[in-house]
Amino acid sequence: MPLHRTTPEGYPVLFAQGNEACVYGAIHAGCNFFAGYPITPSTEITEGMAREMPRFNGIFIQMEDEIASIGAVIGASAAGAVAMSATSGPGFSLMQENIGYAYMVQLPLVIVNVQRAGPSTGLPTKLSQGDTMQARWGTHGDYTAIVVAAATVQETYNVTIRAFQLAERFSTPVVVLLDELIGHMREKLVLKEIKRLTPVQRTFPKIPPEWYFPYKEPLDMVAHPAPVGEGFRYSMTGLIHDKSGFPTAIPSEVNHRMEILKNKIMMHCQDIWNWKEHYTEDAKYLIVAYGSAARAARGAVETLRNRRIRVGLIDLKTIWPFPYRPLPQIAEKAKTKRVFVAENNMGQLIHPVREALPQNIKVHGIRRYDGYSLDPYEIVQLVKEKIYA
Amino acid sequence: MHELTDIYEYLRWRKRFPTVWCAGCGIGSIMGAIIRGIKDLAIPKDDIAFVAGIGCSSRMPVYLDFNTLHTTHGRALTFATGIKLHRPNMNVLVVSGDGDALAIGGNHFIHAARRNIDITLILINNGIYGMTGGQVAPTTPLGARTHTMPYGNIDPAFDSVELALAAGASFVARSTVYAIMQTTNYIKKAIKHIGFSMVEIISQCPTQYGRLNNTANPRELLLWQKEHAVPLATAKDMSKDDLKGKIITGVFRDTRQSEYTETYRQYVKKVQAEMEE
Amino acid sequence: MTPQKRTGTQQHSPQQGLERLNIRISGSGGQGVISTGMLLGEALAIGDGKNVSQSQSYGPEARGGATRADIIVSDGEIYFPECNRLDILVAFTYEAYEKYAIEVKAEGLVLADEQAVDVLVGNATTLQMPFLELAVKKFKRSITANMIALGFLATFTKIVSKHALRDVVQEQFAGTKYEELNIKALEQGFRLGVKHGRKKK
Repeated sequence: MPLHRTTPEGYPVLFAQGNEACVYGAIHAGCNFFAGYPITPSTEITEGMAREMPRFNGIFIQMEDEIASIGAVIGASAAGAVAMSATSGPGFSLMQENIGYAYMVQLPLVIVNVQRAGPSTGLPTKLSQGDTMQARWGTHGDYTAIVVAAATVQETYNVTIRAFQLAERFSTPVVVLLDELIGHMREKLVLKEIKRLTPVQRTFPKIPPEWYFPYKEPLDMVAHPAPVGEGFRYSMTGLIHDKSGFPTAIPSEVNHRMEILKNKIMMHCQDIWNWKEHYTEDAKYLIVAYGSAARAARGAVETLRNRRIRVGLIDLKTIWPFPYRPLPQIAEKAKTKRVFVAENNMGQLIHPVREALPQNIKVHGIRRYDGYSLDPYEIVQLVKEKIYA
Repeated sequence: MHELTDIYEYLRWRKRFPTVWCAGCGIGSIMGAIIRGIKDLAIPKDDIAFVAGIGCSSRMPVYLDFNTLHTTHGRALTFATGIKLHRPNMNVLVVSGDGDALAIGGNHFIHAARRNIDITLILINNGIYGMTGGQVAPTTPLGARTHTMPYGNIDPAFDSVELALAAGASFVARSTVYAIMQTTNYIKKAIKHIGFSMVEIISQCPTQYGRLNNTANPRELLLWQKEHAVPLATAKDMSKDDLKGKIITGVFRDTRQSEYTETYRQYVKKVQAEMEE
Repeated sequence: MTPQKRTGTQQHSPQQGLERLNIRISGSGGQGVISTGMLLGEALAIGDGKNVSQSQSYGPEARGGATRADIIVSDGEIYFPECNRLDILVAFTYEAYEKYAIEVKAEGLVLADEQAVDVLVGNATTLQMPFLELAVKKFKRSITANMIALGFLATFTKIVSKHALRDVVQEQFAGTKYEELNIKALEQGFRLGVKHGRKKK
């Protein structure tokens, strides 16, 4: 796509889809490996990467299925690539076992899931936020995931870049959770990062191979296993392993490994959490949402504020780890009475919200799962119904 | 000739031994053959990525001093594809069992062969699922008893050589553990070969397959391989009935065809040349 | 009700007094409906600096006789990016007209091709224009009908500026054999719009 037009500040400006924004974000973040399999509604990302990767000396390969795609992405990441794949619900389900492997061996990679309605084939061209929980708990076993989201085309670009940075920083898979509406919608997009293009670089060990332990954690608990082929020969395995990477079943070592997988994320929560607040200072009623649901909620908040109803919005940009500490703090400061969780599913995000808030705050769900976006008017009605009940 | 101690420098012997393999298993012999092959070719250890999935044979990377990846069941070839694409100068070896490569990983097997990507697949075929305790594999002969075919197997078996040839692999060979020198030789050829290469090695599983079918004596199982192996040249003159139940060994294909990572590099050059215009 | 601290954004809420237009372009798959929608959206968003969100039908929906491209244009932020009630509908086929004309607001406008209208539907003002006929007669290609319609929309409704449209069309087809043809068709539409604009007065 041509980059002819610029803003007065000199940034390229486009009229692009969320999926295209994701492609630009990936390239500007330094992505140099993409393996994928076409699936609606994420196909434009795969096509965009197929077009752009060879131009930037990167690698694009269309694999035989999503399992193979994520396998190739993990392999490339193990070899030192800044790697990514994009898919939608059914493909995301297929990928889960291998994603678990990436969590276990602690490799950085980015998976974009442009959500569509499910279960199964569901509604391929309609929106949903039904993978909110799957993105967190999709693969078997205990682990902690980083999941980020976007509500506009511009945010999709920014969040994709951030996903690559987070993946490398914490040496872990990061899921970018979009939805069909954001993926397919065209809006104005300003490519701000193109000027200070500092691509994500893989971390290399600074000690000689003979002293090297791939999984010996530094103080910040984040180990960065050395890329294959750099002279650090070690064992990488999906079995629970010790600091040198060899399988172990010694209870103390198993405990240590499990705790690292959790704590390396949880001790850095402050750096990962990200949300946007609208009118929260005095919000007697608070709406929590992400993605396209947050867009609709924003419209509803504006309308309700015009009617002097003190409603605020928390638009989550990081869904997992869930901001379980900031949320009650905001609610306490604003003396919030009720919290509404707006989402395009049958109620998933409501669970961590309920868990995070004290018992005296009532939590209600605002849900829609027919494949269409929540309507601000609908939210206004539901909020008023509960308030005046 | 190889010294017995030659293999030591390639083993993580200080830490990882003894292996998980049973007494009389063929996988250890094959591991020795792989090491001797690599030693003969004098490939530096750092230049080898050794990838495996899940299964008895797929435990091999844990014991070998290369860049080793022990991945998920059946998907080793996909991980290897990612490594090879990002580091085309590395020698990427995949060790896989018959269940790993032909059942759960069958799709990846044919597509890696179709792309003719420069990966060496060493397929160890013992005709049964060993690690999970003796269940039927896609290579189990008809009538053989397994824990999931307790009254005799009724599933027809795969011929991995035919499959690799049809899918487009550019080097295909088969050998047995009994003919270990031949095996070493084929592995060397396969590693040197540019393009997708597959060596199927018929192995024995005394603990699972042997106990359920006539004999658990490794010596007898090895002699069975000797008696049933027919070289490709001899097999050409034999009738179909005579070949029933035999193992045809030899190099079935060894051709130089366009290799995927090379083709991809040319593709990138072409794209960038068009961009500059 | 307790007095509230008013912030700037609250007083000038984008919901109050700000124009929002829901535009739908529809026709048969292959008529260039979706690219027309993209071009209009781009002209509005980048050329005219408006807030725009554009979406379209996908999959099987995009292959029938009622493919659609929706453009929402607003001075304020667009929170709800779906068109439920339309301000402007451009329809190239009967199927599209029949399906979407009922969704147009009473004060809205329907621009339908002459060949698309059989029985009038809905309460909105309906203009029947010979887009397809002109395209075939003047340019020998029915695909240029959407360029004529775009040009007509610009001068008749003045929702989008002429230069913005010209820019995006030029950029989209730069260096191809269709560049001149499409620009010509667009100019034809501009003239048609001006002509009918005068009639209206």
